[in-house]
Amino acid sequence: MSALTISNLRVDIRGKTVLHDIDMTLEPGKILGVVGESGSGKSMTALSVMQLLPRGSRWSGEISVAGNDLALMDEPALCQMRGRDVGMIFQEPMTALNPVQNIGDQVAETVRVHNGASRREAMTIAREMLDRVGLPAENFPLDRFPHDLSGGQRQRVVIAQAIALRPKILIADEPTTALDVTTQAQILDLLKQLVRDEDMGLMLITHDLAVVAGLADTIAILKDGEVVEAGATHSVFRGMRHPYTRALFSASAHVPARKRGPEPAKTPVLSVADVVRDYAQPRRNLFAKRPPFRAVDHVGFEIFHGENVGLVGESGCGKSTLARAVLALDPLQGGEIRLNGHVFSSAGDGPHPELRARMQVVFQDPYGSFNPRHRVRRLVTEPFHLVKSSLRGADLERRIDRALTEVGLSSSDADKYIHEFSGGQRQRIAIARALIIEPALIVLDEAVSALDVSIRAQILDLLAGLSDRLDLSYLFISHDLSVVRAITDRVLVMKAGQIVEQGATESIFENPQHPYTRKLVAATPSLEAALAGGRTGHEERINP
Amino acid sequence: MTAYLLRRFISLSLSLVAASLVIFLVMEAVPGDPASFMMGINADPAAVAALREQLGLNEPLPLRYLGWVAGLLQGDFGVSYTYRVPVSELIAERVMISLPLTLYALALSTLIAFPAGILAAARRNSATDLSVMGATQLGVAIPNFWFAMILVLVFAINLRWFSAGGFPGWDAGILAAMKSLTLPAIALALPQASILARVMRSSLIDTLDEDFMRTARAKGLSRSQALRRHALRNALIPVLTIIGLQFSFLLAGGIIIENVFYLPGLGRLVFQAITQRDLIVVRSVVILLVFAVIVVTFLVDLAYAAADPRLRRRR
Repeated sequence: MSALTISNLRVDIRGKTVLHDIDMTLEPGKILGVVGESGSGKSMTALSVMQLLPRGSRWSGEISVAGNDLALMDEPALCQMRGRDVGMIFQEPMTALNPVQNIGDQVAETVRVHNGASRREAMTIAREMLDRVGLPAENFPLDRFPHDLSGGQRQRVVIAQAIALRPKILIADEPTTALDVTTQAQILDLLKQLVRDEDMGLMLITHDLAVVAGLADTIAILKDGEVVEAGATHSVFRGMRHPYTRALFSASAHVPARKRGPEPAKTPVLSVADVVRDYAQPRRNLFAKRPPFRAVDHVGFEIFHGENVGLVGESGCGKSTLARAVLALDPLQGGEIRLNGHVFSSAGDGPHPELRARMQVVFQDPYGSFNPRHRVRRLVTEPFHLVKSSLRGADLERRIDRALTEVGLSSSDADKYIHEFSGGQRQRIAIARALIIEPALIVLDEAVSALDVSIRAQILDLLAGLSDRLDLSYLFISHDLSVVRAITDRVLVMKAGQIVEQGATESIFENPQHPYTRKLVAATPSLEAALAGGRTGHEERINP
Repeated sequence: MTAYLLRRFISLSLSLVAASLVIFLVMEAVPGDPASFMMGINADPAAVAALREQLGLNEPLPLRYLGWVAGLLQGDFGVSYTYRVPVSELIAERVMISLPLTLYALALSTLIAFPAGILAAARRNSATDLSVMGATQLGVAIPNFWFAMILVLVFAINLRWFSAGGFPGWDAGILAAMKSLTLPAIALALPQASILARVMRSSLIDTLDEDFMRTARAKGLSRSQALRRHALRNALIPVLTIIGLQFSFLLAGGIIIENVFYLPGLGRLVFQAITQRDLIVVRSVVILLVFAVIVVTFLVDLAYAAADPRLRRRR
């Protein structure tokens, strides 16, 4: 008997159909990959199985968990089903745990709420489960609180909760999207082991084809609430019968065409020399001095005209701190940053913001980085505050027009408000805002991380084209190695505040020298490797 | 944990010192000489001078401040200019009414606000929610002295369940004393309960939308189990803050209600003292209130630490 059967599932939310005719089956001990872009209905499918659809939803069709038809169950029976027959893991481990309850109680709760076990019995099971997910007693006693744990560790606690009663089905909704590549590889590894050892069926929901490619036995590709293609992973990957599947693949593996590589031996746009950034940590006791934490430790590099340089590393390695220092948002404790040969920021005499016009930035979140009450016209002209030039009337209009057309928007968009645009269009507006002042360097801080693969491919093309045409340089910061590989000429690998390796992008990825770089590269799920037919990508075990 | 509390304790002690200095200096700067006020307009200047000497008003400022603080530490607040009795006695009498009244009102307010706020949040946008929100809107809008008069009309004059005012004293028995404080406590509690219920509701609604609530449901908890076990404690922090503020406000802010019910509480004492230029009483009541606020703030900090382990983190 299948662990899970979904047939003809249709879900309407307030009259709008979000899922049509979904059919899926999941066998015990197997992994079903559910792939799609945002809005494709993959999370709604999961929530239908959990019967935790948002208010105002109606569903029809058939969902049966281990042979039990969910339509015939009342709410108490559904509560019994959740957690006992179906466990679920979520995307955001930082917020998925109750901050005021210790991890032992939270894992034990799954047990207590279902079989009325005593606290002691439940705690024993909680201990076993935490051991099982790789959180041993000596470092992770039951009375630790979520705020003491890293994202990957919290995700392990969420997994422990979900598997505490050895459910037949485990649903993982983007379980590794918020995690670093190395942590992602560990968590995926753990899930794979659990499926094998406990004979659970795993529904793995993701936007990342490379993640399912190495893991799933069968996959279903969703678009606009419909399954466009489904079947055994290798046959779907080989056949790619549906045009959307092909589009998704080509977008995932997209490498933007660059007209030329960097020409060496030119003057650097940006030179970072021996930069140090310290943070004051909380006091250890009342009268102690706040101990410094060195987030950036004597870092030096250069970026040349028209060159795209990537900066990669795990979270907490100092990437963002370095980016802030490069942008002269924070004072330096050592070293110097020069822009076009002029001192932009130095330890001695602080940042020189008058040079800021030559360097612009695009951030990750296309929703949070605009004032919703301003029109696009005003949003994109913001950088003009940095220069004294009084661009007015027709000249200003021409500049707005040019910036918007450069990024693929039209001049009529200048009078719209930001809520009228999609995420990808907003990121184009952010790029227009950076471009309008004709900077020499743009810092792209996870600028495509929040975008769907197809949109991401378009934005990467746009960035590559702009760099070629306008002789722009980028500092491209990302945790996503495949994107960095696609767009950059040279890459810097950062670990614990230091640059441990740097070099031409291809040679770093093909032939990493530093053990840390090797670890990162090995942990990155590879679509190519998966397509080549092997179940690689995660085969190499990474030990924490 | 200890470090957190120690830090809070030190910072609150420093605020107390700062507050005492400000209060002392402000009272010094207020025009009007207590000695001449006490002796009347036609007093003999020599007698006024003698009284000034006797009251210690001629000593240098820093000495008088230190003398005052030293007295405070021993429970000696000085002697009232008008009543010629130790201020500590005056205050003690009044505190015996104001403090129980405040606690009574706060208990009522919490008892009303918690269920109302929780119910409204749990059934967001339902008829229940709308009526609770409507009622609290009304509770905030109605002036409490007017509500107090309605209470007197209905329960004291028509139904004769309670007396219309006055306080029999604790000697008359706890029950009788509490009975006479009931209508004032209700009148004080109404607006506070309305505010608290609204804070409780919005805080709980925010918490119900958190990711960990979905996790709890996915573990198999029913909606109400999830609310009880996971949402309430997380929603409590802003509510505790408001309760702390309400305590400080009620302790001295009940003056109108004290007047409506003829209760000799702290509010009335300070009001009379101001009109009579009895600065030493004003000063003492004010420093006492500051002290109360600081103690309550510290208790609220303790409650925060109990509710939220992130504050207990060892640093």
